[in-house]
Amino acid sequence: MKDEVESRDDRVANLKGMGCSRKRVEDARFTQGKGNYVDDIKLDGMLFGDFVRSPYAHARITSINAEEALKVPGVLAVLTAADLEPLGLHWMPTLAGDKQMVLADGKVLFQGQEVAFVVAEDRFAAADGIEAVEVEYEELPVIVDPFEAMKTDVVLREDLVADDGSIPDGAHGPRTHPNHIFTWEAGEKEATQQVLDNAEVLVEESMYYHRTHPCPLETCGCVASMDKVNGKLTLWGTFQAPHAIRTVVSLISGIEEHNIRVVSPDIGGGFGNKVGAYPGYVCSVVASIVTGKPVKWIEDRMDNLMTTAFARDYHMTGKISATKEGKITGLHCHVTADHGGFDACADPTKFPAGFMNICTGSYDIPTAFLEVDGVYTNKAPGGVSYRCSFRVTEAVYFIERMVEVLAIELGMDAAELRRINFIKKEQFPYKAALGWEYDSGDYHTAWDKALTSVDYDGLRAEQAQRVEDFKAGKTRKLMGVGLSFFTEIVGAGPVKNCDILGLGMFDSCEIRIHPTGSAIARLGTISQGQGHATTFAQILASEIGLPADSITIEEGDTDTAPYGLGTYGSRSTPVAGAATAMAGRKIRAKAQMIAAYLLEVHDNDVEFDVDRFVVKGAPEKFKTMKEIAFAAYNQAIPGIEPGLEAVSYYDPPNMTYPFGAYVCVMDIDVDTGVPEIRRFYALDDCGTRINPMIIEGQVHGGLTEALAVALGQEIAYDDMGNVKTGTLMDFFLPTAWEVPNYETDHTVTPSPHHPIGAKGVGESPHVGGVPCFSNAVHDAFRAFGLRQTNMPHDHWRIWKTANELGLHD
Amino acid sequence: MSKKMHIKLNVNGKDEEFLAEPRELLIYTLRERLNITGPHIGCETSHCGACTVTIDGKSVKSCTMFAAQADGKEITTIEGIGTPDSLHPLQEAFKEHHGLQCGYCTPGMITRATKLLEENPNPSEEDIRFGMAGNLCRCTGYQNIVKSILAAAAEMNAAKEAAE
Amino acid sequence: MIPAAFDYYRPTKMDDVIALLKEHGDDARVMAGGHSLIPMMKLRMAEIPHLIDLQAIDGLNEIFIEDGQMTIGAMVTQHDLINHAGLEAAAPILREAALQIADPQVRYMGTVGGNVANGDPGNDMPGLMQCLDATFLLVGPDGERSVAARDFYEAAYMTAREDEEVLTSVSIPAPQGGYAYEKQKRKIGDYATAAAAVQIIKEDGKCTAASIAMTNLSDTPIYSVDAGAALVGTAVDAAALNAAKAAMLGDIDPTEDNRGPVAFKKHVAGVILARAIERAWSRA
Repeated sequence: MKDEVESRDDRVANLKGMGCSRKRVEDARFTQGKGNYVDDIKLDGMLFGDFVRSPYAHARITSINAEEALKVPGVLAVLTAADLEPLGLHWMPTLAGDKQMVLADGKVLFQGQEVAFVVAEDRFAAADGIEAVEVEYEELPVIVDPFEAMKTDVVLREDLVADDGSIPDGAHGPRTHPNHIFTWEAGEKEATQQVLDNAEVLVEESMYYHRTHPCPLETCGCVASMDKVNGKLTLWGTFQAPHAIRTVVSLISGIEEHNIRVVSPDIGGGFGNKVGAYPGYVCSVVASIVTGKPVKWIEDRMDNLMTTAFARDYHMTGKISATKEGKITGLHCHVTADHGGFDACADPTKFPAGFMNICTGSYDIPTAFLEVDGVYTNKAPGGVSYRCSFRVTEAVYFIERMVEVLAIELGMDAAELRRINFIKKEQFPYKAALGWEYDSGDYHTAWDKALTSVDYDGLRAEQAQRVEDFKAGKTRKLMGVGLSFFTEIVGAGPVKNCDILGLGMFDSCEIRIHPTGSAIARLGTISQGQGHATTFAQILASEIGLPADSITIEEGDTDTAPYGLGTYGSRSTPVAGAATAMAGRKIRAKAQMIAAYLLEVHDNDVEFDVDRFVVKGAPEKFKTMKEIAFAAYNQAIPGIEPGLEAVSYYDPPNMTYPFGAYVCVMDIDVDTGVPEIRRFYALDDCGTRINPMIIEGQVHGGLTEALAVALGQEIAYDDMGNVKTGTLMDFFLPTAWEVPNYETDHTVTPSPHHPIGAKGVGESPHVGGVPCFSNAVHDAFRAFGLRQTNMPHDHWRIWKTANELGLHD
Repeated sequence: MSKKMHIKLNVNGKDEEFLAEPRELLIYTLRERLNITGPHIGCETSHCGACTVTIDGKSVKSCTMFAAQADGKEITTIEGIGTPDSLHPLQEAFKEHHGLQCGYCTPGMITRATKLLEENPNPSEEDIRFGMAGNLCRCTGYQNIVKSILAAAAEMNAAKEAAE
Repeated sequence: MIPAAFDYYRPTKMDDVIALLKEHGDDARVMAGGHSLIPMMKLRMAEIPHLIDLQAIDGLNEIFIEDGQMTIGAMVTQHDLINHAGLEAAAPILREAALQIADPQVRYMGTVGGNVANGDPGNDMPGLMQCLDATFLLVGPDGERSVAARDFYEAAYMTAREDEEVLTSVSIPAPQGGYAYEKQKRKIGDYATAAAAVQIIKEDGKCTAASIAMTNLSDTPIYSVDAGAALVGTAVDAAALNAAKAAMLGDIDPTEDNRGPVAFKKHVAGVILARAIERAWSRA
């Protein structure tokens, strides 16, 4: 037999299991133009729906007249809130416990808000129909500043004020103003105040983490098809959480969940944009029910940037205290969170500010307090986690800026300040002041490796020389050394404290082994480029001893996949990856019994070895997993059911805490404000590494999105609430020309509670990258007195910093 | 609605004839009329390049061209580059070097890269970054795309040398 | 993003183009590469009931170089410009500037004629043509006429071209001396935050002539006579650079946009001009 001549190493290699850079199985179709994205779906008689959108940020709607639109050839229907109201569908619940208008119900709260839904035979007729709908608006005062929102008499949400003028509690407790959504606290307020009051050194700093947008290359969209004969609704769409969408659609439409099939086909990038439920989905479903035909809705790029799923928009004020030697003693953080016109943030229910309470970062800070105020403004709703776990980029940006500011105050090197405050290896599992229990870490090792790799001391010497040269008039370029050390909190999450709309945030995997020794596994997650079909097969290959190439991974079809909460917040590997391993172990347990029967020994006398069970002490006696699979289907084994299948629903005992150490070297042209990234080094520790090639790709991509956010990407509004950055001319997505080559590195500190020790990596580079790029800009000006300047660091803002520091005089 | 036009195209070697409104953008002709769904729609304002096709030897963003303008022209899309049994070296290289993730930009990337390598068979990394700057990718950070194109160029040059 | 419906024409003779323009007046527009016009139509910021595609008109995509004069047909693309050896030898600034326009795909379609005729202050070619003292040839119902690039631009999207005229070619006297096209932008594909086109002649260590034009710093391109004059007779030293910058700043009138406020743009305009002059001088 071939097996007998193969070495153990060969057998391991044949599996293409965990730890190898297996090439992606997805790529064959994508490189040949055979991906199947939602806009590729074409059904018989399919109609096209699109929105009339508000040009105003805050206005009353006095009338909507669709008469002319209905005369446009090809236009079949125009839906308004009045049409949806009898069905109870003119408003819908948001993921954050608020409700949101599906179609404008008497008023609009942000520019681009959905006012009417035009259904037509094709997208050309729909566009003409939209032009012909006449809407009369009565403009209202526009509030785009959340601080003003908390003072003004202008009420944005009359529906949230009682008839007597009192303000009822919201989903997250008491509200203090009609435009106030919630106050959320973590940590110890008085104790923190006491520490700050008695501090040897205290620094206070405010920073604004600007509003931006995930902007995947594919916009959001769906196709709804109501089969009236069978009473079945099928909804294809760009859903990062297909099961959650099925449940939401069932709850709001009243269609029983078994009669709804939600399918996420290939998704052209998500980054958080495709987590939410949007009016387009609801209107498409309604339009399909009304017309009896399939209805497609696809956002255009302006719709996407202006209306679905912004990210960030956090005004953060921090106070950090320390001893004179630099040991941090306390941290206080207040956030004013601009949520736009509806609270549609995508966070676990109990966490209206996400995991912002990870803002003590990688540091052993004994006492801390966090307070977040959510506020309504006349901006688009959203508040999704753009390539990060819930609000973790905000938290990490906050602490990584506060540490830098403290270093400035202390006159210390920022790398050294970090080092003396890191949580030590032996302190893990570490209970942080704001409540989380960090699972594992070895920060000092990672930091030392990073600083050595970039020759940190050499960089500082070079920088000092550059400052001298600048002062002597020999150069007009400054040099910044950006540092960041981040700890993420991903893999939401334990059902005991993590749910969305009451759905626990477990995830799932179901495996069927076929008689010939190949398999299919289905999961509750959905890849948007992460390569799940490749990596989950690798996990399974290592767990069940069948080659990854013989395992099909399927996701995204709620009729076939087990229930799961989807892919965002780097949760796929920590949660669904764990479910996959656990389901694999169930397979292996049954395989062990079958093997023992076939080998005529006791169950305990066989042991698993790569791709087979061997008799302990007699490795020449074995049954391969392939043989066992066949036996499972053709032998009557006493006490064992035929077949070889397993399902696992995995409720993680804790989050995972990936971490990393990044260094960016940047040159800044003081006269033009143009930054040039000379070097970027990224060390990631994501625990056990499943596929190094894919990890590296995730790091490159996440860093590039971080570069964009730090250096120019924003959703900007003018005072009238008009979006100033609605196309890719102004919304900054860097090209290959603006992006550097990155150096990647790693350490491995497995998660102790995860079945395979993996922590997740997709979002780390974004979380760690934004502060690193930003710190590089800040650092370039440190010698000239800069303490804090807000992102995005585009040319003019960098120039402004230089100008204000007198560097143009 | 304006009067429909009679339009003839040759797409991936096949003649196509149809009546269309002049305002029909070429990307919709390809995707919806001809079911050639490799080219994608990303930005609609000629910034992202997901819709890139080759028209009479030029890399063109098909979201910014009317089918009427393309009347009489030869068009190549990703579907016309390589076959499942014989992939183009660029397709092989993108697979080999992890030059894609979600795959949405990939058809436009590869289509553009075929033209880039035709005009410059020995590009430097800088040439590639400049020559691919009309194609946005949100996933890869471009590093492995550049690597893939460099590898494909080397492969194609080696094959050419072997043939000579 | 779907444009409003329109009728499409692809005439083969210029006379037919003119006839269509006469017939439809304001409702008709000619289109070259379409990469400025089509996005505007898709955003429904431009509604054009009669769209006249110039691609089939003979002779519009030719390049002639003779007797110290270059003539570039309106339908010559940026890509053609970049790859034309004769032009590169005669006026290398054309290639240097064209490479900084948009991205590769757009340069295959974007034309010289479209870029100069559209009147978009963000376009790079108008300032460049002013720097080079180009002349635009216009054809209309009453025949041909020439307009100097320096006289062509009136305001944003407003030019000396009448509605019934078509810009058919650009004539450029072969430039002498050193050159530079310097452009600051946020990324590939962006319009200039500030851009400067400079041609400069050096004799015996002194500047004898200089031509300077700026892009996207007013509602038209700005040909700064005074900035050029400030260099003449000098060795292009720091004082001369400052004088040229000061003169240029007196001529531009930038407005705030997403690229930044006025003070920033003015400062960058000065920096970019100084760099362009220094580079041009080093090549003179």
